[in-house]
Amino acid sequence: MKDLSLVSINDFSKEEILKVVELAARFEKEPNQDLLKGKVVASLFFEPSTRTRLSFETAINRLGGRVIGFSDASSSSTTKGETLNDTIKMVSNYADLIVMRHPLEGSARYASEQSSVPIINAGDGANQHPTQTLLDLYSIQKTQGTLEDLNIFMVGDLKYGRTVHSLLQAMSHFNPKFNFIAPDELKMPDEYKIWLDSKGIPYYEHSEFTDIISKADILYMTRVQQERFVDPMEYEKVKNIYILRNSMLDNTKDNLRILHPLPRVNEINTDVDSNPKAYYFEQAENGVYARMAIIASILGLV
Amino acid sequence: MSTKKELSVSAIQEGTVIDHIPAEYLFKVIRILGLDNCSNLITFGTNLGSSKFGKKAIIKVADKFFKDDEINKIALVAKEARLNIIKDYEVVEKKLVHIESEIIGIARCFNPKCITNNQEVTTRLLLVEKEPLAYKCHYCEKITTEEHLEII
Ligand SMILES: [Zn+2]
Repeated sequence: MKDLSLVSINDFSKEEILKVVELAARFEKEPNQDLLKGKVVASLFFEPSTRTRLSFETAINRLGGRVIGFSDASSSSTTKGETLNDTIKMVSNYADLIVMRHPLEGSARYASEQSSVPIINAGDGANQHPTQTLLDLYSIQKTQGTLEDLNIFMVGDLKYGRTVHSLLQAMSHFNPKFNFIAPDELKMPDEYKIWLDSKGIPYYEHSEFTDIISKADILYMTRVQQERFVDPMEYEKVKNIYILRNSMLDNTKDNLRILHPLPRVNEINTDVDSNPKAYYFEQAENGVYARMAIIASILGLV
Repeated sequence: MSTKKELSVSAIQEGTVIDHIPAEYLFKVIRILGLDNCSNLITFGTNLGSSKFGKKAIIKVADKFFKDDEINKIALVAKEARLNIIKDYEVVEKKLVHIESEIIGIARCFNPKCITNNQEVTTRLLLVEKEPLAYKCHYCEKITTEEHLEII
């Protein structure tokens, strides 16, 4: 059973990714289905994440399932010192599926080994958040009509941003071209560049956020967070360089769409919101359909 | 066929000689093999000259024959180590240590936020690079490189 878990985006093959993307489109057309009728899904949030939890719980409810669980660790037995192992062993006797978010990295893989029912990783610390990646892919497919041969620009914190790392790995199945725009301190780590080299996938690095974006099909923005900088002066220098403003979109391609995992701080100016190329709010809504597709597919209901 | 070098630490009748241990890792090797809690007769020598790489150490454990997976654990700190299996003062078998593709419960993942460093979870590291050594954590997917490898 545990082999059906979704812990890391690397657990999904190209075919499985395409299946989820295709299913998500079907659920978007018909969002209310009774596939989960009579099933119980545990939603275990050992750290709060209202956005992700509501998206999952909406997906479960739209599929006709019931939800048990907790929304932060302070209301759970873990505050009394219960180990993750014990919580998972207990809950997997109650539920048909476990959705879990946990602050420790690797916790989802460990839980999937202890559980008798599949686990969906809703974020394990800074490690993986595969359902975010699948909703990103669904958003890309929906706006571009394909996942193949796209020019993807990633901007901001490319060092610590787990969403860009997972997206990079998932997109590698589809013959992409990457452009990385980041300050020196937050450059794409070598291990990902070496990995791209080994796959023969081209990438270009830039430290300036300029009109090179005119070639982009997808502009994936991320937060540049102050706490990532050792030297506060460095943050002051770069904090206003990686902001996207509406005027910068004048010479960009018609099919360009701007994605962002949300919440944003100031990296996308609000004057972009009304531009038809802004897609980050729709992207969040796509999360419900992508998660419905993931749940239905993991439980073998479709 | 005991060589002159081996005689610099007293010879054993039956047992295992572990040679070519980097001198700086002698005590780590002793700890990895659990020799600090072993009641057998053990002799060791350290800071012996070695043409191959700096100073070396040697350990002789009487009446002890290590299993491969047991001895391969020391490859993390002494990949050049050589084993001589001794029976009746003679070397009857020579062995090298091998870096295993997966090490379970031997070394720590260097990521402080990893589940294995915060709860009772056995570490599991997968070899991704031999030279220099690098292991990927089965749980948090972070890479631990040779200089950060810490033996449990
Ligand atoms: Zn780890």
